[in-house]
Amino acid sequence: MADIARSSAARPSRRHARNIGNLALQVALVAIVLGLIAAAAHNAAVNMAKANIAHGFGFWNNTAGFDISQALVGYSASASTFGRAFWVGLLNTLLVSAVAIVLSTALGFIIGIARLSHNWLVSRLAGGYVELIRNIPLLLQILFWYNAVLKSLPELKGSVTLPFGGFLNNRGLFLPKPVFAPDFSAVVIALAIGVACALALRIWARRRQERTGEQVYLLGPTLALIVGLPFIVFLVAGKPLTFGIPDMGRFNIRGGLEILPEFAALLIALSVYTAAFIAEVVRAGVLAVPAGQTEAAQALGLRSTTTLRLVVVPQAMRMIVPPLTSQYLNLTKNSSLAVAIGYPDLVQVFAGSVLNITGQAVEVIAITMAVYLSISLVTSLLMSLYGRMVAVVER
Amino acid sequence: MASDTFYLRQTPLVVLLPPRARAGVLGWLRANLFSSPFNIGLTAICVILIAWVVPPLLRFLLVNATWSGDRAACLPSADNPHPGACWAFVRVWLSYFVYGFYPIAQRWRVDLFFVALAFGIGWLAWLRAPRRDVAALYFFVVLPVLSLILLCGFPLIGLPGVSTVLWGGVLVTIVVATVGMVCSLPLGILLALARRSQIPVVKWLAVMFIEFVRGVPLITVLFMASVMLPLFVPEQLSPDKLLRALIGVAMFASAYMAEVIRAGLIAIPRGQYEAAQALGLGYWRTTALVVLPQALRVTLPNIVNVFIALFKDTTLVFIVGIFDFLRTIEAARGDPRWTSPIVSITGYAFAALFYFVCCYGMSRYVHGMERRLARRSG
Repeated sequence: MADIARSSAARPSRRHARNIGNLALQVALVAIVLGLIAAAAHNAAVNMAKANIAHGFGFWNNTAGFDISQALVGYSASASTFGRAFWVGLLNTLLVSAVAIVLSTALGFIIGIARLSHNWLVSRLAGGYVELIRNIPLLLQILFWYNAVLKSLPELKGSVTLPFGGFLNNRGLFLPKPVFAPDFSAVVIALAIGVACALALRIWARRRQERTGEQVYLLGPTLALIVGLPFIVFLVAGKPLTFGIPDMGRFNIRGGLEILPEFAALLIALSVYTAAFIAEVVRAGVLAVPAGQTEAAQALGLRSTTTLRLVVVPQAMRMIVPPLTSQYLNLTKNSSLAVAIGYPDLVQVFAGSVLNITGQAVEVIAITMAVYLSISLVTSLLMSLYGRMVAVVER
Repeated sequence: MASDTFYLRQTPLVVLLPPRARAGVLGWLRANLFSSPFNIGLTAICVILIAWVVPPLLRFLLVNATWSGDRAACLPSADNPHPGACWAFVRVWLSYFVYGFYPIAQRWRVDLFFVALAFGIGWLAWLRAPRRDVAALYFFVVLPVLSLILLCGFPLIGLPGVSTVLWGGVLVTIVVATVGMVCSLPLGILLALARRSQIPVVKWLAVMFIEFVRGVPLITVLFMASVMLPLFVPEQLSPDKLLRALIGVAMFASAYMAEVIRAGLIAIPRGQYEAAQALGLGYWRTTALVVLPQALRVTLPNIVNVFIALFKDTTLVFIVGIFDFLRTIEAARGDPRWTSPIVSITGYAFAALFYFVCCYGMSRYVHGMERRLARRSG
């Protein structure tokens, strides 16, 4: 009895001691971190003063003075600021990432499903693709597409002529450029109305099926609304769309839509590389749906396409979406390898050119990192919301 | 049903062969390639694809390839109008690809480093090797010191110093990958433990570091290490270029390693912690003797996966101006005495082969290890 009393008396004091120890540890850690930051800031100030480098974000509004080969918004070397260059770079990063995400998803799903095929040859080929692409560094693939493939295309004089007036040479791909007349907005409005009606129709059909059990096949009406309606408006409005055909001159090609070889190489490499990872994500997701689910659906008399649509895909998607998103994030981060071939993305423009001109390493790198960091954090926030939304409700 | 009549077969049935169409090569073909019209179509597409890609590839890489000579031998000529890969280029530049500009008289030191490293990896990777604890000590303590002395030089014992500016090629790739591995494992363990700590400041510092590094591209971390780091330290302490890149890579790899190890820690059942506490073990002994050994074992495949990614990522040091293997290929490819489209393709093919062999080898190892783990637990 005495022993127990003593130990219970001793316990609070031991916990007390541990708490004090923890507190001391935390204070010490904070002090060390703050000390390191202060020392670094002091050294940076000394070193920058010695090298005559300005500090602060004043450079943002200074004239940039360098050219950017691809700008989605108006930009000129003599008139635009560093801030403008930042937005140009960021938009280029987002452009190549967005297009590569679409392409890699399409390719990745095809290959992932091919890997699951019962056809031996198909699954082996898909497996070979995944193993080959995954085990070769992305940077090497980008350099390969850029230097060995696209830069070995014929020069301007020997350009490959493509159908509909396009050209392909080692300066890029030149395609007819769509030119929208003002009336084209009617087509866009028609498309929006079509999509809205199709969605409404779908909701109505779902309610009706829940009430009466009757199914309505919506493929025809949906297509008519989404494709047919805008097309009719397009014809009625007098085809408000023309194409600017690229014009081959003696020294360059004018007009048309120009796709830089840097953009194309980065796009191809990113899509091909990420597709291999997406294929693995898809395969794992589909395999994670127990075979019993398919068997049960078949036992209920569902056709194989219905089984796939209503039973397998929804469950597989729950497994696929989170890792798929992290692949998209990886792709966006990997697009920074653009700097190796000179595609003007955020890192190349900002952490490259702007950094070299201003010399303000700390500010420039901090801004660049902050951009990627916010993209990552926003995406993971959305993902955790999605995760909460699709979480299986256990009974 | 009282009856004493019963039937008993006296002779065994004749064993019949399976139906012809379901057995042997024919049956296999039918089941796996020609089971339905759709499958027949797929098979046909695949065969066409293979016939379209593989023979030209083999012709380029092997049949029409140039194995010796100089640039002229690799260009189209009368007796070889469609020249294949220019392996002569790789042959001439091979020692540059492996050692960079490391002084020729001192290259035995690099060879010795490769041997010492291979020995360590072999010992660690062979799961049934004796005394793997000694192997870990060798790999994480002895080898780094030994390598530093061997590669950088130690004039006191007669090894002249070799500046890291002269290092290059496979040597740098291996050094970056190994340093990343050797640093990231202990740092990753510490970060993972810190992130699971009950102490708020420790936890939040770890979370901030890990999420920060994982949220930005490696390139920006390398840029940070190469342009910001020199600003943050007194001028006389400014680390050399390779060391800066190594710091960046080590930081980056530790954050990823920490997450992998944390997943392993989460996988350990609570009962293990509780049992250890019931035995009177404190935090550090619980962690070191009970939790970590189990966590590391289940997470070993993922640790090797991080290493595969790290090995591929070493190519990025190229961008901050370090002569790794890929950069030496680029440099040699651009040499005016050699440059030509075929030489470029050959250089990239050689680099791809190197990385593929290394990474695929590691991923096969992971595969074997996963099967072993599954067998043990299943």
